Amino acid sequence: GRARPSHSEPRGRDGRGTEEEEEEGEGGQQLYPGHIPTSPLQKALLAAGSAVMALYDPYRHDMVAVLGETTGCLALPNLRDKMKNHPEGYHILQERPRIRLSTLDMARLQGLPDGSLGREYVRFLEDNKVSPDTRMPPKFVDDEELAYVIQRYREVHDLMHTLLGMPTNMLGEVVVKWFEAIQTGLPMCVLGAAFGPVRLSTRKLQVLATELIPWAIRSGLNASCVLNVYYEQRWEQPVESLREELGILPPP
Amino acid sequence: VYQVFESVAKKYDVMNDSMTLGIHRVWKDILMHKMNPSPGTLLLDVAGGTGDIAFRFINYVRSVRERQLQRKLKHQQNLSWQEIFESYQKDKFNSLGDSQVVVCDINREMLKVGKQKAQHLGYSEGLSWVLGNAEELPFDDDKFDVYTIAFGIRNVTRIDLALQEAYRVLKPGGRFLCLEFSHVSNPLLSRLYDLYSFQVIPVLGEVIAGDWKSYQYLVESIRRFPPQEELKAMIEDAGFFKVHYENLNFGIVAIHSGFKL
Repeated sequence: GRARPSHSEPRGRDGRGTEEEEEEGEGGQQLYPGHIPTSPLQKALLAAGSAVMALYDPYRHDMVAVLGETTGCLALPNLRDKMKNHPEGYHILQERPRIRLSTLDMARLQGLPDGSLGREYVRFLEDNKVSPDTRMPPKFVDDEELAYVIQRYREVHDLMHTLLGMPTNMLGEVVVKWFEAIQTGLPMCVLGAAFGPVRLSTRKLQVLATELIPWAIRSGLNASCVLNVYYEQRWEQPVESLREELGILPPP
Repeated sequence: VYQVFESVAKKYDVMNDSMTLGIHRVWKDILMHKMNPSPGTLLLDVAGGTGDIAFRFINYVRSVRERQLQRKLKHQQNLSWQEIFESYQKDKFNSLGDSQVVVCDINREMLKVGKQKAQHLGYSEGLSWVLGNAEELPFDDDKFDVYTIAFGIRNVTRIDLALQEAYRVLKPGGRFLCLEFSHVSNPLLSRLYDLYSFQVIPVLGEVIAGDWKSYQYLVESIRRFPPQEELKAMIEDAGFFKVHYENLNFGIVAIHSGFKL
């Protein structure tokens, strides 16, 4: 960085404009709102740092997100291509639906019959006291289509819980991570699946190892790509039928 | 700038240690030694948020005071125990020797963190916390013996106004001290410093504080800041005399000093 002479008025960030403005950052330009261009070195440092921090402080969900973005350079294009080559996945890439409280008609979903995707999804959100709005927007993905793919993966995560019938406790999250690791190949999922169990009790580990993980792996391998499902058009479909259609084996 | 420091306040100290690998502590110690305050000094620390300079000032003045008292006691060898006891009692309640430091910051969150630190570390007397703007200080003219601004002046929009205000609130004979990031002239070191600043520091900001943008801003603001000679000229323009600067770590940091006569 060169010094600019005779500058007694450092421009603060207020002179920068909104995030929609294209900025020249390290390694490129801003491709989408919230995008922070990064050099390869920065990505490497971020990947290492976020991995350490995510293990050190499990409440830093933002670190898990950053890890996913900085290590997904192989898995994300793969996922995007799978979507492109599938009629429903292609539609999703075209229309870019977002799962947010503002876009979901909660009242209508609650009114759906028990066992339907919409009803069970809402039940899952209520039982576990979670909201789809807490998902981090991507920052370090250097392609705006891939940024959408990872955003879609994050927003569909709760639906994974619903389809797999897993709660949001540590055990449930690990099981979903195993499933996602097989399905997406994202290194972040693989790391989460491998290191997640570290914080579980031995009893839970046993159940995990003997029943849940094998089932998650089998389902993950057997099922077609979960990102190729236009969930927003299938709220009325019974969960059982969607499971069968995808190839997810019945939960133990 | 305000929003940057709001989000940064709580993790400020952790980030400082990580970014400078703890060296910022040494820089601040050097500043205090340069100041060499004697008991009875009234210090104004501007943009002093989390209290680093203020606490060092108190420690310094306390230890100077202790040595003063020890010397006094040695000279009183011929007095009776009663007289020694009485004079010691009087001085004991004055461990700071009437020294005082006022910490002034524009950001409420930074002051809050500072107050909490003070409580936690056991600093109570001789310390006050004031919300204020360096460009328009809420103090009368000719009040303070020393004015410091450590790593704060680069965040001021109108540096010339801040310097004028510094001049105004200092007593005649008062000293202005500024500790700030400056320019590295050595080309090799400059490249390494740039590499570290732009590649590593925003990453540290993201990982430790969850805030890339504030630390990107920090690194950029350092580059935009006037270099040593230019800052010296600005200080002289505000009316200060005997303006000198001292480079620390090859110019990564510089201490500028001036006097109001």
